Amino acid sequence: METRSRYLLIFSSLILFVVYFFPLWWISLEAPQYPEGIKMYIWVNQITGESENTIQNINILNHYIGMQYIEPDSIPELTYFPWVIAALIGTGLLVALLNNSKMALVWVSLLTILSILGLYDFYMWEYNYGHNLDPKAPIQVEGQAYQPPFLGTKWLLNFKATSWPHLGGLALFLSVIFGNLLWFTELRKKKA
Amino acid sequence: MKKVYQWFLAIIATSALITACGDGDSKSKKSTASNFNDAASKVYVAPGEHDEFYAFMSGGFSGQLTVYGLPSGRLFRRIPVFSQDGEKGYGYSEESKPLLETSYGFVPWDDSHHPELSQTDGTPDGRWIFINGNNTPRIARIDLTTFETVEILEIPNSGGNHSSPFITENSEYLVAGTRFSVPIPQKDVSIEDYKNSFQGSLTFVSVEKESGDMDIAFQILVPGFDYDLAHSGKGPSHGWTFFTCYNTEQANTMLEAEASQNDKDFIAAVNWKKAEEYIAAGNFTEMPADYRDNSVDHSTQIATSKKMTSVRVLNPAECPGLIYYLPTPKSPHGVDVDPTGEYIVGAGKLSADLTVHSFSNMMKAIDAKDFEKEIDGIPVLKYESVVAGVVKQPGLGPLHTEFDGQGNAYTSFFISSEVVKWKVGTWEVLDRIPTYYSIGHLMIPGGDSKNPWGKYLVALNKITKDRYLPTGPELAHSAQLIDISGEKMQMLLDFPTDGEPHYAQGIAADVVAPNSVKIFRLEDNKHPRAVKSESEARVVREADGVHVYMSSIRSHFAPDNIEGIKQGETVWFHVTNLEQDWDTPHGFAVMGANNAELLIMPGATRTLKWVANKVGVYPFYCTDFCSALHQEMQGYMRVSPASANVPLTATLGGRSFDTQ
Repeated sequence: METRSRYLLIFSSLILFVVYFFPLWWISLEAPQYPEGIKMYIWVNQITGESENTIQNINILNHYIGMQYIEPDSIPELTYFPWVIAALIGTGLLVALLNNSKMALVWVSLLTILSILGLYDFYMWEYNYGHNLDPKAPIQVEGQAYQPPFLGTKWLLNFKATSWPHLGGLALFLSVIFGNLLWFTELRKKKA
Repeated sequence: MKKVYQWFLAIIATSALITACGDGDSKSKKSTASNFNDAASKVYVAPGEHDEFYAFMSGGFSGQLTVYGLPSGRLFRRIPVFSQDGEKGYGYSEESKPLLETSYGFVPWDDSHHPELSQTDGTPDGRWIFINGNNTPRIARIDLTTFETVEILEIPNSGGNHSSPFITENSEYLVAGTRFSVPIPQKDVSIEDYKNSFQGSLTFVSVEKESGDMDIAFQILVPGFDYDLAHSGKGPSHGWTFFTCYNTEQANTMLEAEASQNDKDFIAAVNWKKAEEYIAAGNFTEMPADYRDNSVDHSTQIATSKKMTSVRVLNPAECPGLIYYLPTPKSPHGVDVDPTGEYIVGAGKLSADLTVHSFSNMMKAIDAKDFEKEIDGIPVLKYESVVAGVVKQPGLGPLHTEFDGQGNAYTSFFISSEVVKWKVGTWEVLDRIPTYYSIGHLMIPGGDSKNPWGKYLVALNKITKDRYLPTGPELAHSAQLIDISGEKMQMLLDFPTDGEPHYAQGIAADVVAPNSVKIFRLEDNKHPRAVKSESEARVVREADGVHVYMSSIRSHFAPDNIEGIKQGETVWFHVTNLEQDWDTPHGFAVMGANNAELLIMPGATRTLKWVANKVGVYPFYCTDFCSALHQEMQGYMRVSPASANVPLTATLGGRSFDTQ
């Protein structure tokens, strides 16, 4: 395995530590009567808000339109995702230590697939929250779904919802990018 | 005939002209709108912008305290203090009722005169504001993180708590002097025996540094004059408090004439550090007294009324050096100490001049024993030895003085209805501006402290007449905002006030605003009848009635259907607002309640007592528009005959709550 590849592999593994210290994603809701805005952070292991009461306050808003309550305790991903990341870091470093090119490429593939699955999972949670509405909801607008945007800004009734990756999400993105550079460094080596 | 006709025309023309001039005259007396082009921009606070200062104005006979913004003159809040307020359930909810307890029982009204901000190093620090109750002597403390009354201390051995609270420079003490002397202790005595049997008292109330808790530290018994106003010293004069007194004639009837005879009355200078020494040395009498100390527990928000039974009393005759009298012309009203602490302005309200005493002169006179005479063991200093200067004929009826921190003083003149600006030290009059009408107190933010914010002055006028659209015989009192940042004072704004604002205090908004609480944390709510979630809601029949442990959150009460109440029973609604978002109070009102509504802030619990007088079904609902489904926030309670067998139930939607 190329020295350059080993560095890439080590970087790609270590940068994943960032997700334990910063959220993966943030979603903000803006409306005139919320001058300070409502901000929600999605972490690898929890969902938090700008204040300790943000989730309760979002849930109170959501109950008018019949969205499910956001209950972090009932989202299993928040329990096992930290372990998935830990496993990726551990195996990544191990492969770098073993200096095995084939295993490295397998690791990169795994990292990429898991990341895409993670994003898809996140998208599906958003889809479910936005579409799975209580038929007895007090406010029902025909044809209106409340799925927050995946990236960017979207109007949900009176709220302007914005969603972007946070530092944790960026770290994950960088990990995937740098990891996939291995394909170039390692395959070029093979050709040579 | 033609001549007569011409004469007739001439007379009509002349009288028309005179009328027109007269009209013009009366308009030019007041400022017309055209003078105010630049004033308008000075008071304009754009939508969404904040004012630069808070102004706290006493409510006078409303018993409350109002909060305004300056320079806009916008009213933000009316804080209930001494009077019940149905809007907030203040004095009606079980939690707040004990605040209004006194040794005379429940007293749900008072006459509040002088707000006073807490100070650190002679500067308003924005922690608390205190205000006196004049009628049934009391002092209240308002917490400026919540803008709520959190303590009311009754002052025993007092009548008319007017010269109060006037704080010392590090909030060591508040003071309370008797405007109306009374027999101390109270007894059945002929009013004619005033001179022998009536006394005044000067009370010093300590303020605990961290909690703000007030206690009566000591009282000084003084001759039976009327102790009118006060201010505490600062800088070099820190350690002293000055009280004006009138009625040194000691009249007990027809005071308007009888109490205006002496050429000079007094300012009493009290050395409270000396008083502390006498107390420490045990040189006091423990006197039985009956008064109440009512305070709100921070974690439960429940007020309790504590019965107090004695006070420590100092007798000036046995405590040399404790008090001196400074002769001051003609029934002095306000006594104001300049920011340097050197000058003490005595406003002899029936005098043509304004007298200013010097603190350093006073100290020299005390050292030299420059005494004119003694009254009941209190030395009277020689006027010539203490006076620093006289502002000659500045106006009529001087009442109060505040300072701008630039060496200028501003005195209100009730009779000539004006504010006069004069120079401290040279005593020359610099400027004057009329007020509409008959100004009492005036206020510059921090204007009685070491560090005034000398930008605006508020004139608090006693008479309003034609200043606003008429509202029948009863009119709002009027405040006027004056720009004092330039050499000439400039009138900026009129605005109506609530009750009668006697004194006011102002403070830079950025000292107070950042500490303002948005919600009460539900987790920190230690109210014994609180519910922390809907699942804790329940109904319990106890010896004193049925206790409903209810929660409110957008947009329902839990429970919202209650059955099984028996006629004649008392129902106690303990409502906890589970909200934890900014500006989400819920109200609670029940048909036929003999008290008021509850207005419950996020995270707080309040209790309403309701008696089931009649059989029937009673709606209850949220009174404070809380959400899009506020109108749906309602419920029912069923009252059955005492003999009926309706079981006690409490439900919400399909859920049942515990009942016992």
